[in-house]
Amino acid sequence: MLIKRCLSFAAALAVTTSAMAWQPTGKVECIAPSDPGGGWDFTCRSAGNTLKELGLVSGTVQTTNMAGAGGGVAYAHTISKRSEDDKLLVAASTATTTRLAQQQFPGMDAGMVTWVGALGADYGVIAVGKDSQYQDLKQLLSALKKDPRSVKFSGGSARGGWDHLKVLITAKADGVDKLPSIPYLSYNNGGEALTQVVGGQVDAFTGDISEVTGFLESGDIRILAVLSEERLPGKFSDIPTAREQGVDALGPNWRGFYMPKGASDEAKAYWTDAIDTLYASDNWKAVMKQNGLIPFHPPAGQFENFVTQQVSDIEQLSREIGLLK
Amino acid sequence: METLQFLMDGFAVALAPQNLMFALFGAFIGTLIGALPGLGPANGVAILIPLAFTLGLPPETAMILLTSVYAGAMYGGRISSILLNIPGDEPAMMTCLDGYPMARNGKAAEALAMSAIASFAGSLIGTIGLILLAPALARFALTFGPAEYFALFMLAFATLGGITGKNPMKTVLAATIGIMISTVGIDIATGTQRYTFGVLKLYEGIDFILAIVGLFAISELLFFIEERAGAGRKIIKVGKLTLKPKEVLAALPTMFRGGVLGFIAGVLPGAGASLGSFISYTLEKQYLGKKGHFGEGDPRGVAAPEAGNNGASSGALVPMLTLGVPGSGTTAVLLAMLISLNVTPGPLMFTQNADIVWGVIAALLIGNVILLFLNIPLVGFFVKLLSVPPMYLLPMVTMVAFVGIYSISHSAFDLYFMIAFGVAGYVLRKLEIPMVPIILGLLLGPEMEKNLGHALVLSDGEWSTLWATPLALGLWIVAGLGLTLPYIIGPLLRRRMQAAIKESPVSD
Repeated sequence: MLIKRCLSFAAALAVTTSAMAWQPTGKVECIAPSDPGGGWDFTCRSAGNTLKELGLVSGTVQTTNMAGAGGGVAYAHTISKRSEDDKLLVAASTATTTRLAQQQFPGMDAGMVTWVGALGADYGVIAVGKDSQYQDLKQLLSALKKDPRSVKFSGGSARGGWDHLKVLITAKADGVDKLPSIPYLSYNNGGEALTQVVGGQVDAFTGDISEVTGFLESGDIRILAVLSEERLPGKFSDIPTAREQGVDALGPNWRGFYMPKGASDEAKAYWTDAIDTLYASDNWKAVMKQNGLIPFHPPAGQFENFVTQQVSDIEQLSREIGLLK
Repeated sequence: METLQFLMDGFAVALAPQNLMFALFGAFIGTLIGALPGLGPANGVAILIPLAFTLGLPPETAMILLTSVYAGAMYGGRISSILLNIPGDEPAMMTCLDGYPMARNGKAAEALAMSAIASFAGSLIGTIGLILLAPALARFALTFGPAEYFALFMLAFATLGGITGKNPMKTVLAATIGIMISTVGIDIATGTQRYTFGVLKLYEGIDFILAIVGLFAISELLFFIEERAGAGRKIIKVGKLTLKPKEVLAALPTMFRGGVLGFIAGVLPGAGASLGSFISYTLEKQYLGKKGHFGEGDPRGVAAPEAGNNGASSGALVPMLTLGVPGSGTTAVLLAMLISLNVTPGPLMFTQNADIVWGVIAALLIGNVILLFLNIPLVGFFVKLLSVPPMYLLPMVTMVAFVGIYSISHSAFDLYFMIAFGVAGYVLRKLEIPMVPIILGLLLGPEMEKNLGHALVLSDGEWSTLWATPLALGLWIVAGLGLTLPYIIGPLLRRRMQAAIKESPVSD
């Protein structure tokens, strides 16, 4: 045990010293694979600012927006044109892993880039209108068990997208069969989907906690469960998790970065370390608090495994509902 | 009195220095765009969209800028109608009838002032109507399910040609082109790709902002190059203003009737501002009968259509804001902008994005006061600007369009796409295929498809759900009327309008 700890300490030290050896000079680029204003754009800009405040980069971090194919354009760009760039970070989230799992980036997979780290998450929720007959998650799931068509869901992603998958993850965790039969109405964004739930045309909403905050405050909806490991902090602490209701379902929509696979080992180690330092800093905690991000940060070295696992989980689920052949 | 509270909050947003500045700027540019013959409010808003992106404006400021341009263009259209007998945009064509005769009689200044006051009155009535009607309609719209929305979109398409549309087949063709373009990209109902041919750039579909700027702004540039490059117009003399308060008071009832009629025409989908000004003018003419001398320079003949088209422009915002279904071409462009700003139009916007909605409404009220001042003391300035050769304006507009579109996505691919749309728009307009139905098809097509799919999912595949509720059935009936009425009364109305004035190529 002691030896193991010593070893890992030595390894950590080695990482730190090698990181000392390589420092990014000049301009660092962060690609946000979306238009300005979205979640990826926020990840790049706020992380870039904090990296600079903490002195982890000497120059500036320039955010470049590269929208297209739900991140596919930036992914292809990183692999084909920037494969050895030491000073490039690309914002990613669960949307990226979902598309990778469903082979929506043609000819590309999760192993073609290096996954650097996560900086927090937005957790999935299952919610109903304030007048709904369902009081908790178990009631809703038992209705689904009796008849998978009895509860109609709406969400802000396409069929097979992350919002839809959260319903399936939850239902599957409770042993609901006939997953493909659960009706799911896809809308352009969470707001439109919520309109239908508030108006009473649809039974339940699936989305992220950040999307429902306003509706929760106005009392229009009731959140049956949040798909996190523990209860969320602050004003969300009254919301029960799925786990405490006996349903082992998790739905973190994480925010983080990947970088080119061909970058030097020193650079990769430096950025992994920098993201760890960034995440632990008070500056970043303030950013998270201000923007409703919830702690989520797999330890260094485990993020890559987490991403691989998430991709294979989603792939399997997508096969079950017939989205992947 | 909740509405009043919201409106006060709206004023707080609209009166913020930055927003006020953009409202002033928008009103000024809008009037200028409206005054230039051929450039209508839809083009004006389309040209300014890239600027909003270039400057990285927050959503409420961007919307305030664009609605001010919209309101300004409705004011500006009358200037060239009166002075040149060329309508600045289609809704202003009825203003030519009495405005130009007034100008010829040496009463250009009076015509301009009277029409500015009428525009103000019409806008004020329309905006008050919007304030009263929109929140109630928004609450009602919450009861709309997918089936009702599908019927509503059918209604929007059925009335698309509108009563003023020239060739129904071309309208249908244009709408179909729009719907076809909208099918490119991921189909959110099934999660599969359509018409992307493995090109990653097409996976998210074609951005309608690109299509709008291309079809309206770039094609307009091509037309300018073809027709109007070179010298400006001759400077028109505007005499000293001798409008008496008594004359304005005499025209007030006319303005009131025109504004109310215009507002109603604006709220109805597909009708729009041209119909608003037409109805106001003809009804006023019939109402006054022998008491007026319409067609020979009656000030009320200027007041009625101007109050009508400005009332209609505010009315057209009602269905756009409450239902997410635009009532006219310009509101379709504004709707596209809202979606691009990540704001969901529709019933919940009034509670979830109250600052934007009420900020825009308050900005309309403030903008109208600004416009009144711009258009009475400063009208001489706009008249001078009318004589600036377009060759100086063209490069500026082009630059803003390119920089703005590039700043959205940082992709040269999008610029090629915009140019392609511009050239296509030029060709289509040469063929007299209207642009507005293309944009509506592009915007509403996917929504219609989505709601059809959802309605069928909710009913387990039972088609009769589409007309199962009284509300949906009512919408279907109105849609049916919208489709058939133009064939019955359309030719009649059209002949009268055609006789009145030649139509301009871009409708409102």
